[in-house]
Amino acid sequence: MAAAKQTIEHVASLDRYKHGFVTEIDQEFAPKGLNEGVVRYISEQKAEPAWMLEWRLAAFARWQAMEEPAWARVRFPRIDYQDSYYYAAPKKGGGPKSLDEVDPELLKTYEKLGIPLKEQAVLAGVEGAPRYAVDAVFDSVSVLTTFKKELAEAGVIFCSMSEAIREHGDLVRQYLGSVVPVSDNYFACLNSAVFSDGSFVYVPPGVRCPMELSTYFRINAAESGQFERTLIIADRGAYVSYLEGCTAPMRDENQLHAAVVELVALEDAEIKYSTVQNWYPGDAEGRGGIYNFVTKRADCRGDRSKVSWTQVETGSAITWKYPSCILRGEGSQGEFYSIAITNHRQQADTGTKMIHLGAGTRSRIISKGISAGRSSNTYRGLVSAHPKAIGARNFTQCDSLLIGKHSAAHTTPYIEARNAHARFEHEATTTRLSEEQLFYVMQRGLSQEEAVQLLVNGFVKDVLQELPMEFAVEAQKLVAISLEGSVG
Amino acid sequence: MLETKNLMLSIRDLHVSVDGKPILSGLSLDLPAGEVHAVMGPNGAGKSTLSYVLAGRQGYEVTGGQVLFEGEDLLALGPSERAARGVFLSFQYPVEIPGVPALTFLRTALNAQRKARGEAEMGAPEFLRRVREQAAALRIDFEMLRRPLNVGFSGGEKKRMEILQMAALGPRLAILDETDSGLDIDALRIVAEDVNALRGPDRSMLVITHYQRLLDYIRPDRVHVLAEGRIVASGGPELALELEREGYAKYGQEAA
Repeated sequence: MAAAKQTIEHVASLDRYKHGFVTEIDQEFAPKGLNEGVVRYISEQKAEPAWMLEWRLAAFARWQAMEEPAWARVRFPRIDYQDSYYYAAPKKGGGPKSLDEVDPELLKTYEKLGIPLKEQAVLAGVEGAPRYAVDAVFDSVSVLTTFKKELAEAGVIFCSMSEAIREHGDLVRQYLGSVVPVSDNYFACLNSAVFSDGSFVYVPPGVRCPMELSTYFRINAAESGQFERTLIIADRGAYVSYLEGCTAPMRDENQLHAAVVELVALEDAEIKYSTVQNWYPGDAEGRGGIYNFVTKRADCRGDRSKVSWTQVETGSAITWKYPSCILRGEGSQGEFYSIAITNHRQQADTGTKMIHLGAGTRSRIISKGISAGRSSNTYRGLVSAHPKAIGARNFTQCDSLLIGKHSAAHTTPYIEARNAHARFEHEATTTRLSEEQLFYVMQRGLSQEEAVQLLVNGFVKDVLQELPMEFAVEAQKLVAISLEGSVG
Repeated sequence: MLETKNLMLSIRDLHVSVDGKPILSGLSLDLPAGEVHAVMGPNGAGKSTLSYVLAGRQGYEVTGGQVLFEGEDLLALGPSERAARGVFLSFQYPVEIPGVPALTFLRTALNAQRKARGEAEMGAPEFLRRVREQAAALRIDFEMLRRPLNVGFSGGEKKRMEILQMAALGPRLAILDETDSGLDIDALRIVAEDVNALRGPDRSMLVITHYQRLLDYIRPDRVHVLAEGRIVASGGPELALELEREGYAKYGQEAA
């Protein structure tokens, strides 16, 4: 066993978070703290129209009257909302521009993170290699969006939210806050007041977006929060697949990330939204890490529309997130595929809501939670059928895997059927990764770390196969890294 | 013991405790290359402990003695290192591996072993061709290999899957722990035929069993009686028949 023990010690000593570096770059900040002046400052920096500023100020007024929610199964010290910067931008930044104008330090950062910002570099790749357009958001601003021209030829708008507010004001005004109302919840309301940047996507009727779209969020500045806002609209019969990725430097303090994502699918439209969330999780003792308090919601507004959420959640000190679908259109469909991994002292309270409003609506939930170390992992879900949702159907499968003796898994499903013609199925399992399984696999020649990886990959397989191919491999690696040193 | 033969495995005065309780106390056994030896004994004699300690399972504390595998100190190695050197344990209770197809599992294991030995990994086409042949030779339906390993398999299927893994991994030393348990007589015969097909001059087998019936099909070169933590008698195949007739009573333990 000596050798196996050595391997584990070696792996445990490795720096398991691979994106923890800081980019040295001149940045400008809003004054520290949060007040009406800061909200005005943000709006001014972005040269926003008056209606947008009014919207923000109204949200700020609502937020001041709200209380931070306490129902999630997570514990953390009270957040001092005045002890943070609400806007941080690279000095040379200010808005998306051509690659030549982007600060070389920023380009290096994305190169280090493996995010392709050079269109030629992607084009020059292996023939048939998947291409995807990237919107790169660095702290509070989008620094570059690639493939905009090619997308524009197809009629697809893909740009930063700041640009969309200036250039496509009518569309933004029509849809912003229509899925997640300003005062939906404490963190969404805060976001509505101070949101900085994010991505905007509009796919016109009948258009199948010619490539994968993605946004890469990077928190760099210290003592700052990131409040991105993403809005995706798939018009009648349109299709788009979108992926977001996120990382942050390793710091001892906690940083707040409170995003809002709104998806609107009109008649016969389909949106596939994938997330690989790898915010800095804090160290093994629970120091530092991102508070990831996110509101994501899709409105399947049109008949036969479809939205699919897939998430791989490995990062953040605390995750509080429930990507949901409002199944309004007749025969609309919602899906939620999730892998949530917690290790060390991480806490996750995550799940989904499937709100069946229309007749013949269908939803499917596959959730795989893995808890290791001293972490806590909660699945919280709501499936509801309203009186008009005749023939609504849901299938939920909710599995938890425990690694080690000190981790915790919780499952809190809520089911509400308000008509007699809805059919809901719920299956749940909790298992512990057993010494017996590990020994069996190691007896066949795998090291302990490889054995854990193989068993965990088997456990999450149903969800991994829902990710776009090129990201599934990445996600698989990420799963392995997140659990390094989890078996002692 | 013939000194002229090459010893594959040599166990000397082995003492093993589990949770501080002595289970093996002074066990010695020599297994020459190419031979099949049976270890028989009553329940609680330490048969499974012997197989686990040879394979390197956690929680089995060696308090004395040594084990040489092809001249190397086996006890200094971790379980995966022992596997890479050619030690294979066919489990009494094979473990289910949800979500991992048997084929994926086998290829991962084979390549992990090859890598540890400094050999090139085996590509998918060659691996598939070989496993197809091996499955056909053992009359195992290849489609079964696309299913998650052991999940929903019958007792007989699980045991046959163990033998297929043995065929695919090609070990030098195979330890068969109660391979007959839970099998009806037809399944027992099939599994035994599979095992016999894998006998060879470069492979030794340690067949651990409570009952003689398995040895009707897998004829051992020698039989050892394990009682109260050590080998108390050794002999030819006729010893197994004697045990069947007379039980383990004369070795100080009740037949169970």
